[in-house]
Amino acid sequence: MNTPGPQAVRIDVRRLLRDTLAPLRPNLVTRPTGRAVRDAIERCLTGAGGAPFVSLIDLTRVPVLDFSCADEIVARLLVKYQTPDRPLDAFFLFRAAGDTHRHTVDAVLGRHDLAAVCDLGDGCCHLLGTATDDEGVAWRTLERRRRIAPGGLAPVLGDRGDAVLARLAERRLVFLGPNGTSLALSAVASHRSHT
Amino acid sequence: MPPSVRPPPATSLPGASEMRVIEIPRSLDYRNIESLYDQLDPATAGPVLFDARRLRWIDPNGMLCLLAAGQVAAKAGSAPRISLPNQPEVTGYLDRMGFSEAARRVFEFGTGSRWRRRPGPSDVLLEVTPVTKNSDVHEVVERVQARAGAILSKTLKYPASAVVQFSVILSEVCQNIIEHAEGPGWVAAQAYNWKRRLGRQVAVIAVADIGRGFCASLEDEHAARFGERWGDVAALEAAFLLGLTRFPDTGRGQGIQQIRKQVARWDGLLSIRSGTARIADTPGWSSKPPIEEGLRAFPGAQINIILPERIG
Repeated sequence: MNTPGPQAVRIDVRRLLRDTLAPLRPNLVTRPTGRAVRDAIERCLTGAGGAPFVSLIDLTRVPVLDFSCADEIVARLLVKYQTPDRPLDAFFLFRAAGDTHRHTVDAVLGRHDLAAVCDLGDGCCHLLGTATDDEGVAWRTLERRRRIAPGGLAPVLGDRGDAVLARLAERRLVFLGPNGTSLALSAVASHRSHT
Repeated sequence: MPPSVRPPPATSLPGASEMRVIEIPRSLDYRNIESLYDQLDPATAGPVLFDARRLRWIDPNGMLCLLAAGQVAAKAGSAPRISLPNQPEVTGYLDRMGFSEAARRVFEFGTGSRWRRRPGPSDVLLEVTPVTKNSDVHEVVERVQARAGAILSKTLKYPASAVVQFSVILSEVCQNIIEHAEGPGWVAAQAYNWKRRLGRQVAVIAVADIGRGFCASLEDEHAARFGERWGDVAALEAAFLLGLTRFPDTGRGQGIQQIRKQVARWDGLLSIRSGTARIADTPGWSSKPPIEEGLRAFPGAQINIILPERIG
């Protein structure tokens, strides 16, 4: 039986940059560029409505992503949408270009004590940034299984399982459905995406 | 001349007593750059001649220091002049490095100048490039991406992905000028064969500005917690070691921290001079001390990065 889950919205940042911001600037460098891209992403998201959704931010066609830009785009988006007064019920999944982006994204997340789900193009998603051991175990288990019903983590984390998944949901790293089933963001993005 | 030997202080030109002459040594690079700073007095007005006739060798640090010194002299009210190196191959090299073009905006040249505008495409990693606004940073990154790949992979034997990390380093150091210096600056980079010095090829990146410097930039936000220790050394330690900036938000200050990590991974040297001090991450092959203080005061900040060829 399918659990009702959020839709996914895919945003190609290179296209966003080309079409709306800086047609001749292929790279994500400097803070003002990062701020402008973040604003443009948020404008794209406003059409998504009030229901929860996963925003797939695709950075793969951006050659250079510097720390300032990554801080403005990745970290500050997450900070804003983790607060209870977030403007939309958005979750974020980032697609990045392998190790060249991984290091940058990981560093800026660590600076803010944040974590994010990131597809590095190697066939699986990764949890980058800061997470406890339990959070890492729970997230990886969910990522493998794609969905976990209440109590489903007990064999791995015992009584702590549901609480850890709830904490991951609070951190917007998994989607927790109304019936208590947890969904991996990657599973949502791969099955329910539209651009 | 060994780099540690300092030339005499600025002298007056015979027959023109009001003209200060700053003698540029035969060789000017990051090792003996203080010999130039020692002759400068940012507070003194009056005409200044930078006498570069004996110059035989200069690296990007030397070039940017000359430009910064000229700019400081101009700010003090004089019209700085520069004499040309006698050797045509030196002026040719300075042309290719884009120094001549940048120097035209700073120095007065005599009539019959042999310095030309920058010639066409060359093997220069990054010519002397003014950085005043964010679009300059984009241009620097795009230019380097187009050229650095071959130098980094073939000359320095870095992996193919290094061009991205190299571009990020340049982007972050250039932004340092715009965000913290609040004044104009320059960046330049070139690869050299340090056969005798190190037995390896290196890439040298220099960034310089004559803005506020680290101490003034951080003072409002951080001076109180350092108390009487506050000064150029404390400010450099705050930025370099602790990642502090004048901005209160969490995500700031990681540029320098991440550059330090990447330069260390490549066994490189990173130093920042500001005010009267210099702080450095020094690899085993360098004899530079981690901290130098009591240097001649000079405005702004000057960053030096040396990336050696990978061995083994």
